[in-house]
Amino acid sequence: MLEFFHTPLGHVIVVFAQALALLVPLLIGVAYLTLAERKVLAAIQLRRGPNVVGPFGLLQPFADALKMLMKETIIPSGANRGLFLLAPMLTFGLAMIAWAVIPVNDGWAIADINVGVLYLFAISSLGVYGVIIAGWASNSKYPFMGAMRSAAQMVSYEVSMGFVIVTVLVCVGSLNLTDIVQSQNHYWFGFIPAWHFIPLFPMFIIFFISALAETNRSPFDLPEGESEIVAGFFVEYSSMSFALFFLGEYANMILMSAMTASLFLGGWLPPFPFAPFTWLPGPLWLIVKICFLLFVFIWVRGTFPRYRYDQLMRLGWKVFLPFSLFWLVLTAGVMMAFGWLPHGV
Amino acid sequence: MTELTAASPAEIAAKTTRTVEIDTHSINFGPQHPAAHGVLRQILEMDGEVVERADPHIGLLHRGTEKLIEYKSYIQALPYFDRLDYVSPMCQEHAFALAVEKLLGITPPERGQWIRTMFAEITRILNHLLNLTTYALDVGAITPSLWGFEEREKLMEFHEAASGARLHANYFRPGGVAKDLPAGLEDRIAEWAETFPKFMDDLEGLLTSNRIWKQRTVDIGVLTAEEALAWGFTGPCLRASGVPWDLRRAQPYDKYAEVQFDIAIGRNGDCYDRYLMRIAEARESVKIIQQCLAKMKPGPVKVQDHKFSPPTRAEMKRSMEALIHHFKLYTEGYHVPAGATYTAVESPKGEFGVYLVSDGTNRPYRCKIRATGFAHLQATETMARRHMLADAVAIIGSLDIVFGEIDR
Repeated sequence: MLEFFHTPLGHVIVVFAQALALLVPLLIGVAYLTLAERKVLAAIQLRRGPNVVGPFGLLQPFADALKMLMKETIIPSGANRGLFLLAPMLTFGLAMIAWAVIPVNDGWAIADINVGVLYLFAISSLGVYGVIIAGWASNSKYPFMGAMRSAAQMVSYEVSMGFVIVTVLVCVGSLNLTDIVQSQNHYWFGFIPAWHFIPLFPMFIIFFISALAETNRSPFDLPEGESEIVAGFFVEYSSMSFALFFLGEYANMILMSAMTASLFLGGWLPPFPFAPFTWLPGPLWLIVKICFLLFVFIWVRGTFPRYRYDQLMRLGWKVFLPFSLFWLVLTAGVMMAFGWLPHGV
Repeated sequence: MTELTAASPAEIAAKTTRTVEIDTHSINFGPQHPAAHGVLRQILEMDGEVVERADPHIGLLHRGTEKLIEYKSYIQALPYFDRLDYVSPMCQEHAFALAVEKLLGITPPERGQWIRTMFAEITRILNHLLNLTTYALDVGAITPSLWGFEEREKLMEFHEAASGARLHANYFRPGGVAKDLPAGLEDRIAEWAETFPKFMDDLEGLLTSNRIWKQRTVDIGVLTAEEALAWGFTGPCLRASGVPWDLRRAQPYDKYAEVQFDIAIGRNGDCYDRYLMRIAEARESVKIIQQCLAKMKPGPVKVQDHKFSPPTRAEMKRSMEALIHHFKLYTEGYHVPAGATYTAVESPKGEFGVYLVSDGTNRPYRCKIRATGFAHLQATETMARRHMLADAVAIIGSLDIVFGEIDR
């Protein structure tokens, strides 16, 4: 029996099962993230949030999904049908496949590849195509403006995000996400976790803000700026095609949180190397960290007004880019001067 | 040689450069748009994200209020004023009540005036809360609007307790108010007035010093004092441009002369100053409410001449005269002496005026309403030009536009 898993077919089945084991919890996570967002926002806004469907509104995400499925998919007559339908699939698909490299525990990654960070970076950059295609294929003005905004936004933030990642890579010396997490697996004075967010704190902040921009979340939700361009790129979408955008957006939020957790917050590692912290298994620690970051995502949404298009670009190009570049050079310089570079370069 | 030198710079430029015309594209901003504040339809000529021309189209909520009033008795006309600017109903009733009182030559009793002053200020807070928070919503902050609505709900309950209606109160009447405040309401209002400054602090904590909020509003939609006057601005929008003009101070009506309050003046005339004006005014309004509560004494709330205000129920059971008065008042109404008046009040949005012409019958001959927002809306073109789309939204939000009033 065991030999079967080493045959090509067996290997495919194993990978398939692994993907399923990751995606099913992920999709349930996405469903409950929508509920969590509504609950947290409700708490911020002195409301109660969904509390009718199921106990504490716990069945609300399924009711929403069912409603979405029942709706008619409307394709505007002027739209480019193929691209119009491709865009939500692309957004959703990209949000899913990026998870292949995220390690949920030591060695628990579907694809433990040595260019994991690059893969993740590439996939999250591709996400903009879903938005641009949606905006273009809708053949309508508001979606088009949303697409234009999205393109500008992604380009502005990708660059500084890249530098932040390079800074982490300089410290770690590997593009493998498992290695990146493992490099944080020691404790200063025996109890302070050597997670990257401590030495690279400004980079951590920049990365998190860029993640907000990357996922089109408030205060950078310009591509869908409700009060300006109505719903931006998905104005014309309805039913499941809309739901896929929605799911994609939330899956991306979880993805960016997982990425932030892996790069800066020690992935699956417990915060302290002794009991009771070590009792909790690694994947649960990762989930705890992701939940914390997602809470901040929602908290930010409940607190801040929206940036303007040009202000967002100014922040990206004139503040984050020079600063992350400076910090990269500084980090590299310090590492070089003190001989801390990994692999003794 | 001569040919070369003869060519003027303009001709050289014509040969070497090519004129390319970049078309603007127009978008329909509204009438169904989350930031259109009702049924505003703006045709925006856009150069990319930049607004080249903003052309507001009005009339989608036109109900012919002015004409309808000509066919109603003076008492029947009053509820129409609730439905103009449905965010500040009592202040508009106030203008009509004062106008009719002026023509009739009657003055409401002291308590009636205090109640009106107090409820005008409660209405001002209601209005400012709605505007400030939806304005924040337009700029992308979602939380203030929910906080504001929570607080508005308390004020609506005061409206309800006094008049029986949350929104369209129909409470102020020519000659006073419809009925006295129910027992205990004054205490409840006093209790609320204690807690309100804390609420304003919380609200300001979200916005006033928020960097993003300031980046979005400071120096956006600037209007100088001269421009603001030229466009017919009044109220907080005018004061934000630095013109100290408030009808409550300039020509006090009811009890405004007897209460102490400050008038906030802005300096820059931008969206941020308009926001600050409303914050400051809401805080001042609470002070006025507290003074009204302190100075209010028991007594009649409407004129005791039953030609203009109904007799009590008990009286009608006993007195034939009272019954006739009641019947005549609610069928024919009262005849207002011929004449004309322009009476204006400082509504939350600015100068709300009623030009009332009476020909001596029981119905107004003409009732021209000066809608505050109408003057403000026309300036959007000037204010929004060369701003970005998101700024146009902020500008509309800062002008406090309500279409019930503009379209009438």
